[in-house]
Amino acid sequence: MILAMDTSTYVMGVALGNMDAVKAEWTTYEKKNHSLRLLPGIDHVMKSINSDPSELKGIAVTSGPGSYTGVRIGVATAKTMASTLDLPLYDISTLEALACNRRFANGFICPFIDARRGQVYAAVYESNEGELHTVYKEKLWLMDDLLAVLAEASTSVHFLSLDIDFHRENIQQVLGSTATFADPVDRRVKPGEILRLAEKIEPVANIHAFSPRYLQLAEAEKNWRKAQGYHE
Amino acid sequence: MSNPRILAIETSCDETAAAIVEGGKTLLSNVVASQIEIHKRFGGVVPEVASRHHVENMTAVIEETMSSAHVTYEDLDAIAVTEGPGLVGALLVGVNTAKALAYAHQRPLLPVHHIAGHIHAADLIADIKYPAMALVVSGGHTSLIYMPERGEYEVIGETRDDAVGEAYDKVARTLKLPYPGGPEIDRLAANGEVTIDFPRAWLEADSYDFSFSGLKSSVLNYIHNANQRKEEVIQENVAASFQASVVDVLVERAQRAVSAYQAQQLIVTGGVAANHALREAMGKTFPNDGDVELVIPPLSLCTDNAAMIGAAAQVVWEKDVRAGYDLNGQPGLAIK
Ligand SMILES: [Zn+2]
Repeated sequence: MILAMDTSTYVMGVALGNMDAVKAEWTTYEKKNHSLRLLPGIDHVMKSINSDPSELKGIAVTSGPGSYTGVRIGVATAKTMASTLDLPLYDISTLEALACNRRFANGFICPFIDARRGQVYAAVYESNEGELHTVYKEKLWLMDDLLAVLAEASTSVHFLSLDIDFHRENIQQVLGSTATFADPVDRRVKPGEILRLAEKIEPVANIHAFSPRYLQLAEAEKNWRKAQGYHE
Repeated sequence: MSNPRILAIETSCDETAAAIVEGGKTLLSNVVASQIEIHKRFGGVVPEVASRHHVENMTAVIEETMSSAHVTYEDLDAIAVTEGPGLVGALLVGVNTAKALAYAHQRPLLPVHHIAGHIHAADLIADIKYPAMALVVSGGHTSLIYMPERGEYEVIGETRDDAVGEAYDKVARTLKLPYPGGPEIDRLAANGEVTIDFPRAWLEADSYDFSFSGLKSSVLNYIHNANQRKEEVIQENVAASFQASVVDVLVERAQRAVSAYQAQQLIVTGGVAANHALREAMGKTFPNDGDVELVIPPLSLCTDNAAMIGAAAQVVWEKDVRAGYDLNGQPGLAIK
Protein backbone atom coordinates (compact mmCIF):
# COMPACT_ATOMS: atom_id res chain seq x y z
CA MET A 1 0.00 0.00 0.00
CA ILE A 2 1.33 3.39 -1.04
CA LEU A 3 0.70 6.70 0.71
CA ALA A 4 0.31 9.59 -1.73
CA MET A 5 0.24 13.28 -0.90
CA ASP A 6 -0.13 16.56 -2.75
CA THR A 7 0.48 19.97 -1.20
CA SER A 8 1.56 21.92 -4.25
CA THR A 9 -1.48 24.18 -4.47
CA TYR A 10 -3.98 25.40 -1.89
CA VAL A 11 -5.99 22.22 -2.37
CA MET A 12 -4.44 19.46 -0.35
CA GLY A 13 -4.90 15.76 -0.95
CA VAL A 14 -3.86 12.46 0.58
CA ALA A 15 -4.57 8.94 -0.66
CA LEU A 16 -3.83 5.35 0.28
CA GLY A 17 -3.89 2.38 -2.00
CA ASN A 18 -2.32 1.07 -5.17
CA MET A 19 -3.03 0.62 -8.85
CA ASP A 20 -5.77 -1.95 -8.18
CA ALA A 21 -7.63 -0.10 -5.50
CA VAL A 22 -7.77 3.31 -3.92
CA LYS A 23 -8.45 2.54 -0.27
CA ALA A 24 -8.85 6.05 1.09
CA GLU A 25 -8.71 9.54 -0.31
CA TRP A 26 -9.02 12.90 1.43
CA THR A 27 -9.02 16.37 -0.09
CA THR A 28 -9.42 19.79 1.54
CA TYR A 29 -9.94 23.16 -0.10
CA GLU A 30 -9.32 25.61 2.73
CA LYS A 31 -6.69 28.22 1.95
CA LYS A 32 -4.73 27.41 5.09
CA ASN A 33 -1.18 26.42 5.83
CA HIS A 34 -0.66 22.80 4.81
CA SER A 35 1.41 22.23 7.92
CA LEU A 36 -1.85 22.33 9.93
CA ARG A 37 -3.49 19.65 7.78
CA LEU A 38 -1.03 17.33 6.10
CA LEU A 39 -0.08 15.00 8.93
CA PRO A 40 -3.56 15.13 10.52
CA GLY A 41 -4.82 14.15 7.04
CA ILE A 42 -2.38 11.26 6.76
CA ASP A 43 -3.31 10.11 10.26
CA HIS A 44 -6.98 10.40 9.33
CA VAL A 45 -6.83 8.26 6.16
CA MET A 46 -4.63 5.67 7.86
CA LYS A 47 -7.03 5.37 10.77
CA SER A 48 -10.02 5.24 8.44
CA ILE A 49 -8.75 1.90 7.14
CA ASN A 50 -7.29 0.74 10.46
CA SER A 51 -3.78 0.87 9.16
CA ASP A 52 -0.50 2.08 10.62
CA PRO A 53 2.85 3.19 9.21
CA SER A 54 4.32 -0.33 9.37
CA GLU A 55 1.91 -1.40 6.61
CA LEU A 56 3.18 1.15 4.10
CA LYS A 57 5.08 -0.11 1.07
CA GLY A 58 5.92 3.22 -0.53
CA ILE A 59 5.47 6.98 -0.42
CA ALA A 60 4.47 9.13 -3.39
CA VAL A 61 4.50 12.91 -3.51
CA THR A 62 3.93 15.65 -6.02
CA SER A 63 7.20 17.56 -5.98
CA GLY A 64 5.97 20.57 -7.90
CA PRO A 65 5.81 22.83 -9.68
CA GLY A 66 3.62 24.80 -7.34
CA SER A 67 3.73 26.91 -4.22
CA TYR A 68 7.29 26.76 -2.87
CA THR A 69 6.22 26.50 0.75
CA GLY A 70 3.45 24.04 -0.02
CA VAL A 71 5.68 21.75 -2.03
CA ARG A 72 8.38 21.87 0.64
CA ILE A 73 5.92 20.69 3.28
CA GLY A 74 4.94 17.72 1.12
CA VAL A 75 8.46 16.86 0.04
CA ALA A 76 9.93 17.21 3.56
CA THR A 77 7.21 14.95 4.95
CA ALA A 78 7.41 12.38 2.15
CA LYS A 79 11.18 12.15 2.02
CA THR A 80 11.43 11.88 5.80
CA MET A 81 8.89 9.06 5.92
CA ALA A 82 10.50 7.21 3.04
CA SER A 83 13.97 7.64 4.46
CA THR A 84 13.14 6.76 8.06
CA LEU A 85 10.90 3.77 7.20
CA ASP A 86 13.23 2.64 4.43
CA LEU A 87 10.51 2.77 1.79
CA PRO A 88 10.66 3.57 -1.92
CA LEU A 89 9.81 7.20 -2.74
CA TYR A 90 7.95 8.14 -5.93
CA ASP A 91 8.44 11.57 -7.41
CA ILE A 92 5.36 12.74 -9.31
CA SER A 93 4.96 15.93 -11.32
CA THR A 94 2.06 18.04 -10.09
CA LEU A 95 1.27 18.91 -13.70
CA GLU A 96 1.26 15.30 -14.88
CA ALA A 97 -0.98 14.30 -11.99
CA LEU A 98 -3.34 17.12 -12.92
CA ALA A 99 -3.28 16.16 -16.61
CA CYS A 100 -4.55 12.69 -15.66
CA ASN A 101 -7.97 14.22 -15.08
CA ARG A 102 -8.24 14.39 -18.92
CA ARG A 103 -6.26 11.31 -19.81
CA PHE A 104 -8.84 10.08 -22.30
CA ALA A 105 -9.20 13.40 -24.09
CA ASN A 106 -8.46 14.04 -27.76
CA GLY A 107 -6.08 16.86 -28.56
CA PHE A 108 -3.68 18.59 -26.23
CA ILE A 109 -3.97 18.51 -22.44
CA CYS A 110 -2.52 21.57 -20.77
CA PRO A 111 -2.34 21.68 -16.97
CA PHE A 112 -0.92 24.90 -15.55
CA ILE A 113 -0.32 26.74 -12.30
CA ASP A 114 -0.21 30.53 -12.17
CA ALA A 115 3.26 31.85 -11.41
CA ARG A 116 2.41 35.60 -11.35
CA ARG A 117 3.48 38.37 -13.72
CA GLY A 118 1.82 36.71 -16.69
CA GLN A 119 3.77 33.51 -16.15
CA VAL A 120 2.57 29.95 -15.65
CA TYR A 121 4.15 26.63 -14.81
CA ALA A 122 2.77 24.46 -17.56
CA ALA A 123 3.28 21.31 -19.58
CA VAL A 124 1.47 19.94 -22.61
CA TYR A 125 0.52 16.29 -23.00
CA GLU A 126 -1.25 14.12 -25.52
CA SER A 127 -3.20 11.02 -24.68
CA ASN A 128 -2.97 7.60 -26.23
CA GLU A 129 -5.58 5.23 -24.80
CA GLY A 130 -5.31 6.81 -21.39
CA GLU A 131 -1.51 7.04 -21.37
CA LEU A 132 -0.05 10.52 -21.36
CA HIS A 133 2.83 11.50 -23.63
CA THR A 134 4.70 14.73 -23.22
CA VAL A 135 4.43 17.23 -26.05
CA TYR A 136 6.07 20.16 -24.19
CA LYS A 137 7.98 19.48 -21.01
CA GLU A 138 7.02 21.29 -17.83
CA LYS A 139 8.65 24.69 -17.49
CA LEU A 140 7.96 28.28 -16.61
CA TRP A 141 6.21 29.91 -19.56
CA LEU A 142 4.98 33.38 -20.32
CA MET A 143 1.31 32.57 -20.86
CA ASP A 144 1.41 34.58 -24.11
CA ASP A 145 4.28 32.45 -25.43
CA LEU A 146 2.53 29.23 -24.46
CA LEU A 147 -0.68 30.31 -26.17
CA ALA A 148 1.21 31.29 -29.33
CA VAL A 149 2.74 27.80 -29.47
CA LEU A 150 -0.62 26.15 -28.84
CA ALA A 151 -2.33 28.30 -31.49
CA GLU A 152 0.06 27.00 -34.15
CA ALA A 153 -0.84 23.39 -33.45
CA SER A 154 -4.49 24.02 -34.38
CA THR A 155 -5.83 21.19 -32.28
CA SER A 156 -8.22 21.31 -29.35
CA VAL A 157 -6.59 22.15 -26.02
CA HIS A 158 -7.97 21.10 -22.63
CA PHE A 159 -6.88 23.42 -19.84
CA LEU A 160 -6.77 22.23 -16.26
CA SER A 161 -5.93 24.63 -13.47
CA LEU A 162 -7.19 26.05 -10.21
CA ASP A 163 -6.15 29.38 -11.70
CA ILE A 164 -8.26 29.10 -14.88
CA ASP A 165 -10.26 32.23 -14.12
CA PHE A 166 -7.16 34.48 -14.15
CA HIS A 167 -6.31 33.34 -17.66
CA ARG A 168 -9.62 32.37 -19.26
CA GLU A 169 -10.09 35.60 -21.21
CA ASN A 170 -6.58 35.59 -22.58
CA ILE A 171 -6.85 31.92 -23.59
CA GLN A 172 -10.19 32.43 -25.31
CA GLN A 173 -8.90 35.44 -27.18
CA VAL A 174 -6.00 33.50 -28.66
CA LEU A 175 -7.45 30.02 -29.10
CA GLY A 176 -11.17 30.70 -29.47
CA SER A 177 -13.33 27.60 -29.54
CA THR A 178 -10.40 25.13 -29.68
CA ALA A 179 -9.88 25.78 -25.96
CA THR A 180 -11.93 23.91 -23.37
CA PHE A 181 -11.81 24.39 -19.63
CA ALA A 182 -12.01 21.70 -17.00
CA ASP A 183 -14.95 21.70 -14.59
CA PRO A 184 -14.08 22.73 -11.04
CA VAL A 185 -13.89 19.10 -9.87
CA ASP A 186 -11.16 18.42 -12.42
CA ARG A 187 -9.07 21.52 -11.79
CA ARG A 188 -7.18 20.06 -8.89
CA VAL A 189 -4.90 17.06 -8.45
CA LYS A 190 -6.78 13.92 -7.49
CA PRO A 191 -4.67 12.06 -4.95
CA GLY A 192 -5.73 8.70 -6.39
CA GLU A 193 -4.04 9.63 -9.68
CA ILE A 194 -0.74 10.05 -7.83
CA LEU A 195 -1.03 6.43 -6.68
CA ARG A 196 -1.65 5.29 -10.23
CA LEU A 197 1.31 7.23 -11.62
CA ALA A 198 3.61 6.04 -8.83
CA GLU A 199 3.21 2.41 -9.81
CA LYS A 200 4.43 3.12 -13.34
CA ILE A 201 7.78 4.65 -12.46
CA GLU A 202 11.05 3.77 -10.78
CA PRO A 203 11.46 5.11 -7.25
CA VAL A 204 13.83 8.01 -6.49
CA ALA A 205 17.41 6.68 -6.54
CA ASN A 206 18.81 8.94 -3.82
CA ILE A 207 16.18 9.92 -1.27
CA HIS A 208 18.50 12.27 0.66
CA ALA A 209 19.18 14.33 -2.46
CA PHE A 210 15.50 14.53 -3.42
CA SER A 211 14.27 18.09 -3.76
CA PRO A 212 11.20 19.91 -5.10
CA ARG A 213 10.88 20.94 -8.76
CA TYR A 214 11.05 24.69 -8.36
CA LEU A 215 11.58 25.37 -12.10
CA GLN A 216 13.00 28.75 -11.06
CA LEU A 217 16.00 29.91 -9.10
CA ALA A 218 15.32 31.78 -5.88
CA GLU A 219 15.01 35.52 -6.57
CA ALA A 220 18.24 36.35 -4.71
CA GLU A 221 20.07 33.66 -6.67
CA LYS A 222 18.79 35.08 -9.96
CA ASN A 223 19.94 38.58 -9.05
CA TRP A 224 23.31 37.33 -7.89
CA ARG A 225 23.86 35.42 -11.12
CA LYS A 226 22.88 38.46 -13.13
CA ALA A 227 25.38 40.57 -11.19
CA GLN A 228 28.06 37.98 -11.90
CA GLY A 229 27.37 38.23 -15.63
CA TYR A 230 25.73 34.82 -16.11
CA HIS A 231 23.21 34.60 -18.92
CA GLU A 232 19.98 32.74 -18.38
CA MET B 1 10.80 8.00 32.65
CA SER B 2 13.21 10.65 33.82
CA ASN B 3 16.00 10.24 31.27
CA PRO B 4 14.27 10.08 27.92
CA ARG B 5 16.38 9.86 24.79
CA ILE B 6 15.28 12.66 22.51
CA LEU B 7 16.03 13.27 18.83
CA ALA B 8 15.94 17.04 18.33
CA ILE B 9 15.70 19.06 15.13
CA GLU B 10 16.51 22.72 14.54
CA THR B 11 15.99 24.68 11.28
CA SER B 12 14.93 28.14 12.43
CA CYS B 13 17.50 30.06 10.40
CA ASP B 14 20.38 28.86 8.24
CA GLU B 15 21.68 25.80 10.09
CA THR B 16 20.15 22.39 9.38
CA ALA B 17 20.73 20.56 12.65
CA ALA B 18 19.84 17.36 14.49
CA ALA B 19 21.06 15.93 17.78
CA ILE B 20 20.29 13.20 20.27
CA VAL B 21 20.26 14.15 23.94
CA GLU B 22 19.60 11.90 26.90
CA GLY B 23 17.94 13.27 30.01
CA GLY B 24 18.58 16.83 28.88
CA LYS B 25 22.23 16.50 29.92
CA THR B 26 24.06 13.89 27.88
CA LEU B 27 24.84 14.63 24.29
CA LEU B 28 24.96 11.44 22.20
CA SER B 29 25.41 13.13 18.85
CA ASN B 30 25.21 16.60 17.37
CA VAL B 31 25.24 17.33 13.64
CA VAL B 32 25.02 20.77 12.06
CA ALA B 33 25.00 21.39 8.31
CA SER B 34 25.84 25.06 8.08
CA GLN B 35 24.75 27.20 5.15
CA ILE B 36 27.02 30.13 5.98
CA GLU B 37 29.15 29.64 2.87
CA ILE B 38 26.01 29.64 0.70
CA HIS B 39 24.60 32.86 2.14
CA LYS B 40 27.94 34.72 2.24
CA ARG B 41 27.62 35.91 -1.33
CA PHE B 42 24.21 37.43 -0.59
CA GLY B 43 25.59 39.33 2.42
CA GLY B 44 23.02 37.74 4.74
CA VAL B 45 20.60 34.88 5.10
CA VAL B 46 18.08 34.67 2.24
CA PRO B 47 14.96 32.91 3.56
CA GLU B 48 13.96 31.16 0.33
CA VAL B 49 17.50 29.89 -0.22
CA ALA B 50 17.71 28.70 3.39
CA SER B 51 14.41 26.81 3.11
CA ARG B 52 15.57 25.08 -0.06
CA HIS B 53 18.77 23.91 1.53
CA HIS B 54 16.99 22.68 4.65
CA VAL B 55 14.85 20.36 2.51
CA GLU B 56 17.94 19.12 0.72
CA ASN B 57 20.02 18.48 3.84
CA MET B 58 17.51 17.40 6.46
CA THR B 59 17.21 13.63 6.06
CA ALA B 60 20.95 13.14 5.57
CA VAL B 61 21.63 15.16 8.72
CA ILE B 62 19.18 13.02 10.69
CA GLU B 63 20.67 9.79 9.40
CA GLU B 64 24.15 10.94 10.36
CA THR B 65 22.89 11.92 13.82
CA MET B 66 21.35 8.49 14.33
CA SER B 67 24.36 6.56 13.11
CA SER B 68 26.96 8.55 15.02
CA ALA B 69 24.96 8.04 18.25
CA HIS B 70 24.67 4.31 17.41
CA VAL B 71 20.95 4.28 18.14
CA THR B 72 17.87 3.09 16.29
CA TYR B 73 14.36 4.53 16.51
CA GLU B 74 13.53 1.79 19.01
CA ASP B 75 15.95 3.51 21.40
CA LEU B 76 14.26 6.92 21.11
CA ASP B 77 11.54 8.18 23.41
CA ALA B 78 10.52 11.39 21.68
CA ILE B 79 11.10 13.73 18.74
CA ALA B 80 11.65 17.42 19.51
CA VAL B 81 11.68 20.37 17.16
CA THR B 82 12.08 24.13 17.19
CA GLU B 83 8.56 25.52 16.80
CA GLY B 84 9.69 29.17 16.66
CA PRO B 85 10.68 31.93 16.53
CA GLY B 86 12.60 32.08 13.26
CA LEU B 87 12.13 32.24 9.50
CA VAL B 88 8.76 30.69 8.78
CA GLY B 89 9.76 28.77 5.66
CA ALA B 90 12.84 27.41 7.40
CA LEU B 91 10.92 26.42 10.54
CA LEU B 92 8.33 24.58 8.46
CA VAL B 93 10.92 22.18 7.08
CA GLY B 94 12.06 21.13 10.55
CA VAL B 95 8.53 20.99 11.95
CA ASN B 96 7.21 18.80 9.15
CA THR B 97 10.26 16.57 9.25
CA ALA B 98 9.81 16.10 13.00
CA LYS B 99 6.11 15.35 12.60
CA ALA B 100 6.83 12.76 9.91
CA LEU B 101 9.37 11.07 12.21
CA ALA B 102 7.03 11.18 15.21
CA TYR B 103 4.25 9.70 13.11
CA ALA B 104 6.36 7.08 11.36
CA HIS B 105 7.70 5.74 14.67
CA GLN B 106 4.70 6.63 16.83
CA ARG B 107 6.68 8.76 19.25
CA PRO B 108 5.55 11.85 21.15
CA LEU B 109 6.37 15.24 19.61
CA LEU B 110 7.88 17.96 21.78
CA PRO B 111 7.61 21.61 20.66
CA VAL B 112 10.61 23.73 21.70
CA HIS B 113 11.12 27.48 21.83
CA HIS B 114 14.35 28.47 20.09
CA ILE B 115 15.42 30.87 22.84
CA ALA B 116 14.74 28.27 25.53
CA GLY B 117 17.07 26.13 23.44
CA HIS B 118 19.84 28.73 23.60
CA ILE B 119 19.40 28.99 27.37
CA HIS B 120 19.36 25.26 28.05
CA ALA B 121 22.58 24.79 26.11
CA ALA B 122 23.89 25.58 29.60
CA ASP B 123 22.42 22.28 30.89
CA LEU B 124 24.87 20.43 28.67
CA ILE B 125 27.92 21.90 30.44
CA ALA B 126 26.74 22.86 33.93
CA ASP B 127 23.88 22.61 36.39
CA ILE B 128 21.67 25.67 36.12
CA LYS B 129 21.04 27.15 39.56
CA TYR B 130 17.76 29.00 40.00
CA PRO B 131 16.90 31.79 40.14
CA ALA B 132 18.98 32.32 37.02
CA MET B 133 19.39 35.12 34.48
CA ALA B 134 20.12 34.53 30.80
CA LEU B 135 21.46 37.00 28.27
CA VAL B 136 20.69 35.67 24.80
CA VAL B 137 22.59 37.52 22.11
CA SER B 138 22.58 36.55 18.45
CA GLY B 139 21.84 37.73 14.93
CA GLY B 140 18.12 37.56 15.65
CA HIS B 141 17.84 38.12 19.38
CA THR B 142 18.96 40.31 22.25
CA SER B 143 17.03 39.36 25.35
CA LEU B 144 17.42 39.23 29.08
CA ILE B 145 15.40 36.38 30.50
CA TYR B 146 14.77 35.75 34.16
CA MET B 147 14.12 32.20 35.30
CA PRO B 148 12.75 31.93 38.85
CA GLU B 149 12.76 28.17 38.48
CA ARG B 150 13.24 25.45 35.90
CA GLY B 151 10.85 25.84 32.98
CA GLU B 152 9.76 29.40 33.82
CA TYR B 153 10.92 32.18 31.57
CA GLU B 154 10.21 35.85 32.02
CA VAL B 155 11.53 38.26 29.41
CA ILE B 156 12.63 41.34 31.35
CA GLY B 157 14.47 43.12 28.54
CA GLU B 158 14.62 42.98 24.76
CA THR B 159 15.99 44.99 21.90
CA ARG B 160 13.68 47.74 20.69
CA ASP B 161 15.23 47.77 17.22
CA ASP B 162 18.18 45.77 15.88
CA ALA B 163 19.42 42.58 17.45
CA VAL B 164 23.04 42.94 18.50
CA GLY B 165 24.22 40.51 15.81
CA GLU B 166 22.30 42.52 13.22
CA ALA B 167 24.14 45.69 14.29
CA TYR B 168 27.43 43.82 13.87
CA ASP B 169 26.46 42.69 10.38
CA LYS B 170 25.44 46.19 9.29
CA VAL B 171 28.59 47.82 10.63
CA ALA B 172 30.66 45.06 9.01
CA ARG B 173 28.98 45.70 5.68
CA THR B 174 29.85 49.40 5.90
CA LEU B 175 33.46 48.45 6.64
CA LYS B 176 33.24 46.18 3.56
CA LEU B 177 33.85 43.09 5.67
CA PRO B 178 32.33 39.76 4.65
CA TYR B 179 29.19 38.25 6.20
CA PRO B 180 28.79 37.24 9.02
CA GLY B 181 30.14 40.43 10.54
CA GLY B 182 30.56 39.38 14.17
CA PRO B 183 33.77 37.35 13.94
CA GLU B 184 35.27 39.86 11.47
CA ILE B 185 34.72 42.86 13.74
CA ASP B 186 35.88 40.88 16.75
CA ARG B 187 39.10 40.01 14.91
CA LEU B 188 39.74 43.62 13.82
CA ALA B 189 38.89 45.01 17.24
CA ALA B 190 41.54 42.83 18.85
CA ASN B 191 44.16 44.92 16.99
CA GLY B 192 42.52 48.28 17.52
CA GLU B 193 42.08 50.88 20.21
CA VAL B 194 38.97 52.54 21.54
CA THR B 195 39.53 56.01 20.06
CA ILE B 196 35.99 57.02 19.13
CA ASP B 197 33.30 57.71 21.70
CA PHE B 198 30.28 56.03 20.13
CA PRO B 199 26.99 56.44 22.02
CA ARG B 200 25.59 53.93 24.53
CA ALA B 201 21.81 53.75 24.56
CA TRP B 202 21.06 53.54 28.27
CA LEU B 203 17.31 54.18 27.81
CA GLU B 204 15.20 54.74 30.94
CA ALA B 205 16.96 54.21 34.28
CA ASP B 206 14.92 51.14 35.23
CA SER B 207 14.75 49.57 31.78
CA TYR B 208 16.47 46.35 30.82
CA ASP B 209 15.73 46.91 27.13
CA PHE B 210 18.36 47.41 24.46
CA SER B 211 18.67 49.67 21.45
CA PHE B 212 21.45 49.37 18.88
CA SER B 213 20.13 51.34 15.91
CA GLY B 214 21.47 54.67 17.25
CA LEU B 215 24.90 53.17 17.71
CA LYS B 216 24.79 51.61 14.27
CA SER B 217 23.81 54.95 12.65
CA SER B 218 26.50 56.72 14.58
CA VAL B 219 29.17 54.32 13.26
CA LEU B 220 27.79 54.63 9.73
CA ASN B 221 27.83 58.45 10.00
CA TYR B 222 31.37 58.45 11.33
CA ILE B 223 32.62 56.43 8.37
CA HIS B 224 30.60 58.45 5.89
CA ASN B 225 31.91 61.76 7.26
CA ALA B 226 35.49 60.56 7.33
CA ASN B 227 35.19 59.43 3.71
CA GLN B 228 33.72 62.82 2.72
CA ARG B 229 36.61 64.63 4.36
CA LYS B 230 38.95 62.12 2.77
CA GLU B 231 40.27 61.21 6.20
CA GLU B 232 41.66 57.75 6.76
CA VAL B 233 39.32 55.38 8.59
CA ILE B 234 41.28 53.09 10.87
CA GLN B 235 39.04 50.05 10.67
CA GLU B 236 40.56 48.40 13.72
CA ASN B 237 39.76 51.43 15.87
CA VAL B 238 36.23 51.75 14.53
CA ALA B 239 35.69 48.06 15.29
CA ALA B 240 37.17 48.33 18.78
CA SER B 241 35.16 51.46 19.58
CA PHE B 242 31.90 50.00 18.28
CA GLN B 243 32.51 46.78 20.18
CA ALA B 244 33.32 48.67 23.38
CA SER B 245 29.96 50.42 23.20
CA VAL B 246 28.08 47.16 22.63
CA VAL B 247 29.89 45.34 25.42
CA ASP B 248 29.41 48.20 27.91
CA VAL B 249 25.66 48.09 27.42
CA LEU B 250 25.39 44.30 27.56
CA VAL B 251 27.47 44.09 30.72
CA GLU B 252 25.63 46.92 32.45
CA ARG B 253 22.22 45.40 31.74
CA ALA B 254 23.29 41.92 32.81
CA GLN B 255 24.89 43.17 35.99
CA ARG B 256 21.90 45.29 36.99
CA ALA B 257 19.43 42.49 36.19
CA VAL B 258 21.39 39.87 38.09
CA SER B 259 21.54 41.99 41.20
CA ALA B 260 17.93 43.22 41.06
CA TYR B 261 16.60 39.67 40.63
CA GLN B 262 19.19 38.11 42.94
CA ALA B 263 20.11 35.54 40.36
CA GLN B 264 22.60 32.87 41.34
CA GLN B 265 23.80 32.39 37.81
CA LEU B 266 24.22 34.38 34.62
CA ILE B 267 24.06 32.40 31.38
CA VAL B 268 25.42 34.21 28.33
CA THR B 269 24.48 32.42 25.14
CA GLY B 270 23.65 32.81 21.43
CA GLY B 271 26.02 33.37 18.52
CA VAL B 272 27.33 36.71 19.85
CA ALA B 273 28.43 34.97 23.06
CA ALA B 274 31.37 33.78 20.96
CA ASN B 275 32.66 37.36 20.96
CA HIS B 276 36.03 37.66 22.72
CA ALA B 277 35.53 41.15 24.09
CA LEU B 278 32.16 40.20 25.54
CA ARG B 279 33.49 37.03 27.15
CA GLU B 280 36.40 38.92 28.64
CA ALA B 281 34.26 41.74 30.02
CA MET B 282 31.72 39.30 31.47
CA GLY B 283 34.54 37.30 33.02
CA LYS B 284 35.87 40.41 34.74
CA THR B 285 32.45 41.50 35.98
CA PHE B 286 31.50 38.04 37.22
CA PRO B 287 34.78 36.54 38.48
CA ASN B 288 35.13 32.88 39.47
CA ASP B 289 35.24 33.72 43.18
CA GLY B 290 32.23 36.06 42.99
CA ASP B 291 28.66 35.56 44.22
CA VAL B 292 27.22 35.02 40.77
CA GLU B 293 28.35 32.11 38.63
CA LEU B 294 28.94 32.90 34.98
CA VAL B 295 28.08 30.15 32.47
CA ILE B 296 28.99 30.59 28.82
CA PRO B 297 28.53 27.46 26.69
CA PRO B 298 31.28 26.64 24.20
CA LEU B 299 30.98 28.16 20.74
CA SER B 300 29.49 25.04 19.13
CA LEU B 301 26.58 25.14 21.61
CA CYS B 302 26.16 28.95 21.42
CA THR B 303 25.51 29.21 17.70
CA ASP B 304 22.34 27.53 16.42
CA ASN B 305 22.40 23.76 16.94
CA ALA B 306 19.98 20.98 17.84
CA ALA B 307 21.75 19.78 20.98
CA MET B 308 20.38 22.83 22.79
CA ILE B 309 16.90 22.00 21.44
CA GLY B 310 17.27 18.49 22.86
CA ALA B 311 18.29 19.93 26.23
CA ALA B 312 15.32 22.34 26.29
CA ALA B 313 13.02 19.51 25.13
CA GLN B 314 13.75 17.78 28.44
CA VAL B 315 11.93 20.64 30.19
CA VAL B 316 9.00 20.26 27.79
CA TRP B 317 8.98 16.52 28.49
CA GLU B 318 8.97 17.09 32.25
CA LYS B 319 6.09 19.56 31.95
CA ASP B 320 4.14 16.90 30.03
CA VAL B 321 3.63 19.19 27.05
CA ARG B 322 3.10 17.35 23.74
CA ALA B 323 2.38 18.76 20.30
CA GLY B 324 -0.29 17.42 17.95
CA TYR B 325 0.18 16.57 14.28
CA ASP B 326 -1.11 20.04 13.47
CA LEU B 327 2.05 21.64 14.88
CA ASN B 328 2.98 24.66 12.78
CA GLY B 329 6.05 26.86 12.49
CA GLN B 330 5.57 30.03 14.60
CA PRO B 331 7.87 32.80 13.33
CA GLY B 332 6.99 35.18 16.17
CA LEU B 333 6.52 32.70 19.00
CA ALA B 334 6.80 34.24 22.48
CA ILE B 335 8.66 32.42 25.26
CA LYS B 336 6.76 31.43 28.39
ZN1 LIG C 1 19.52 31.23 17.58
